[in-house]
Amino acid sequence: MNDRSQPSSEDLTDVMPHAAHRHVDSSAMRFMGSDKKKLVLVGNPNVGKSVFFNHLTGLYVDVSNFPGTTVEVSHGHHPKFAVFDTPGIYGVSSFNDEERVARDIILEADIVLNVVDAVHLERDLFLTLQLIDMGKKMVVCLNMMDEAKLRGLTIDVEELSNRLGVPVLPTTAIHRTGFDGLDQHIAQACTGTSDSRLHRQLHDLLNRVGSQEEALMVLEGDSVIAERHGIEPGDERELIYVERRNRVNRILDRVVTVSEQKRTLAHTLGRISISPRWGLPFLLVVLYGLYLFVGSFIAQDVVGFTEKTIGDRIFEPFVKDQVARIAAVDITVEKIGLDAAGKETTLGSRVFSFPDGTGSNGNLKDEMSKYRDGGTNNLHYDFKSPVAVVFFGEFGAFSMTVTYLLFLLLPLVLGFYVSLSILEDSGYLPRLATFVDRSLNGLGLNGRAIIPLILGFGCVTMATITTRLLGSDREKRIATTILQFAIPCSAQLAVIAALLATAGVKATLIYAAVIFTVFIAIGTALDKALPGTSSPLLLDLPPMRLPRAGNVLQKTWTRTLSFMKEATPWFFVGALAVSVMQVTGVLDSWTKLLSPVTTGWLKLPAEASTAFVMGLVRRDFGAAGLYQMHLTPMQVVVALTTITLFVPCIASLMVMIKERGAREGLVIWAGSWVLAFGIGGLVALAVL
Amino acid sequence: MTTLYDVRRGMAGTIVGLPSGAELRSQCIRLGLMIGASFQCLERLPGGTIVLETHRQEIALGNALAREIEVVMEKE
Ligand SMILES: Nc1nc2c(ncn2[C@@H]2O[C@H](COP(=O)(O)OP(=O)(O)O)[C@@H](O)[C@H]2O)c(=O)[nH]1
Ligand SMILES: [Mg+2]
Repeated sequence: MNDRSQPSSEDLTDVMPHAAHRHVDSSAMRFMGSDKKKLVLVGNPNVGKSVFFNHLTGLYVDVSNFPGTTVEVSHGHHPKFAVFDTPGIYGVSSFNDEERVARDIILEADIVLNVVDAVHLERDLFLTLQLIDMGKKMVVCLNMMDEAKLRGLTIDVEELSNRLGVPVLPTTAIHRTGFDGLDQHIAQACTGTSDSRLHRQLHDLLNRVGSQEEALMVLEGDSVIAERHGIEPGDERELIYVERRNRVNRILDRVVTVSEQKRTLAHTLGRISISPRWGLPFLLVVLYGLYLFVGSFIAQDVVGFTEKTIGDRIFEPFVKDQVARIAAVDITVEKIGLDAAGKETTLGSRVFSFPDGTGSNGNLKDEMSKYRDGGTNNLHYDFKSPVAVVFFGEFGAFSMTVTYLLFLLLPLVLGFYVSLSILEDSGYLPRLATFVDRSLNGLGLNGRAIIPLILGFGCVTMATITTRLLGSDREKRIATTILQFAIPCSAQLAVIAALLATAGVKATLIYAAVIFTVFIAIGTALDKALPGTSSPLLLDLPPMRLPRAGNVLQKTWTRTLSFMKEATPWFFVGALAVSVMQVTGVLDSWTKLLSPVTTGWLKLPAEASTAFVMGLVRRDFGAAGLYQMHLTPMQVVVALTTITLFVPCIASLMVMIKERGAREGLVIWAGSWVLAFGIGGLVALAVL
Repeated sequence: MTTLYDVRRGMAGTIVGLPSGAELRSQCIRLGLMIGASFQCLERLPGGTIVLETHRQEIALGNALAREIEVVMEKE
């Protein structure tokens, strides 16, 4: 396995510059393949790496999944280097996917640019020293100097640089302070002063492993790297870590002086947000803000305009008009006017039949135009050819799917990602995770799971992708299941809220109580049933700070783009599948199959089964179908309970299968049929 | 045996024992939670989620982890 030439040098640092190219079996090597030298940005989370990355690379950035993982790595170009951004890490090791990816990229790096947070040197220097011990050619950027000053920290940069043995450049990335000298700084990259005792131990391993960095990984017990070289991983990790930690403390004793620390407003807010008494009011204020922005402004005002006006009344009729020219179609024109109260109401409707398309019956088309004339219309195109239905019909891939993706989902996803980035950059997110940690423990999750759970109220598909950040497979499984069962996505939430508004307070309370109970019950049951234990919360809390607009927009953009890229194909697949079921009659027979259950067990009108089946396509369609049925308040409770717990939309099923595997995905999917109708029926027994 | 779980807001102490899982232990050490490290408890939430400060760094620990970290409290 190990057939490379062995370095014979006594001096470890001599073997460094090219050693990185030698190890076998590296998907990183293929992933990062480049003629230019590879400059890799490394640092703890939230230290400003991305600001450096954007500065170094400019506009053309490529974000892609690291091979075999779901971890995203950004890659861009600088005149001299290929530049890679890595996920934020606390050390180079393999405790999770992000660390493994960062490790592999670091091993491939020609030069490491280590960004450290001047306010958190205690935390950040551990990684710095580890990189130095690896023998990487590197420079350090001491970022957040503005905040360090604010907090009364004085840092002796020259002494720090002497102790580390690598150049250190003080910067304030958001103001570009220090960036003038950045290129020159990088040019001075060198290997630092590593631990002398380690040095000797590494030397013994070097002959077998070939490079100092990999020798260190093996010594620190990294089984993947050890296996690559066919040797046993070392068991020295803890000793090395403790010694490294002590070195950090010794360096900082010399380098950092603290004058009187000012208590800033941000600091006070940070305290309030995790206080047992004020944490909850604080959270409620944040949630209310979130509701105003996403739930009210985006979901109602923005989507109301983009979906109802642009999508339904401009885009879809335009597309369908083109097809209708040559395809057999019945067009129903519904004239819309405003009633006394200013609400939209149907003034009249008429069906126009074009057996040979609108192109070959000019008279009727003129008549239709005249009928449509003046005011708003809703148009319904009933195509006769199955092909036209599949692509341009009610659920068509080029009609509904496009409207759904661009005019409904995109604004919502943007809204959610803006909010998430603000919460993240402000430092509130980890505090929220801390605050809710104990409550989520009972469900077999730790506080970090709050992030996918909140996102689920935006789009379950998006949230399912985010379960990646959870610590263990067990947690991912629990979170995914809860999301798919018990969290109604925003598209559906709007319709549910409207229906509940008509059904009254009692109905709303019962509905909320049932869904909440199911939510708790699923988590608790899975926590009891699944083997193993979930990982405990262990987080460092970054300072609270005012988020920067530029950074928030950048993150929002990257995340939205990557979500849309990932999810879009599945929405098309879903729409195609359902359209095909529609034209082949499978959808109808499904509805028929369900109607005895609907009437007998759920005690709802038979048409409600259509609503459930529609829920397969888009969850909000399902709920919307219930509008027209004039249900009693308690029937509304039963119907909404069933439809909330009922299977997720097809896109979300597809993404779940991708994340969790076909077996688990399908089990969860099938389970939600059983659960939805089971619980729905029990509620019916209780209230009807 | 006193653990971080028993610590109350405002108390200070020193860590004298780490969790038994090797990986968890390494992760603690990386963040500066190691034997001999002194800390101050900034907050203790109901249920035992602990927020402490050690070396000017705020760290949050879930209650299960807090129970595994042995400490000696400072005398008032
Ligand atoms: N005050 C201050 N904030 C900064 C500085 N550099 C970055 N930030 C902010 O720190 C946060 C995290 O930055 P980011 O680049 O996303 O960190 P990353 O996780 O390392 O990529 C963002 O809100 C930045 O605007 C700095 O020098 N001073
Ligand atoms: Mg970043």
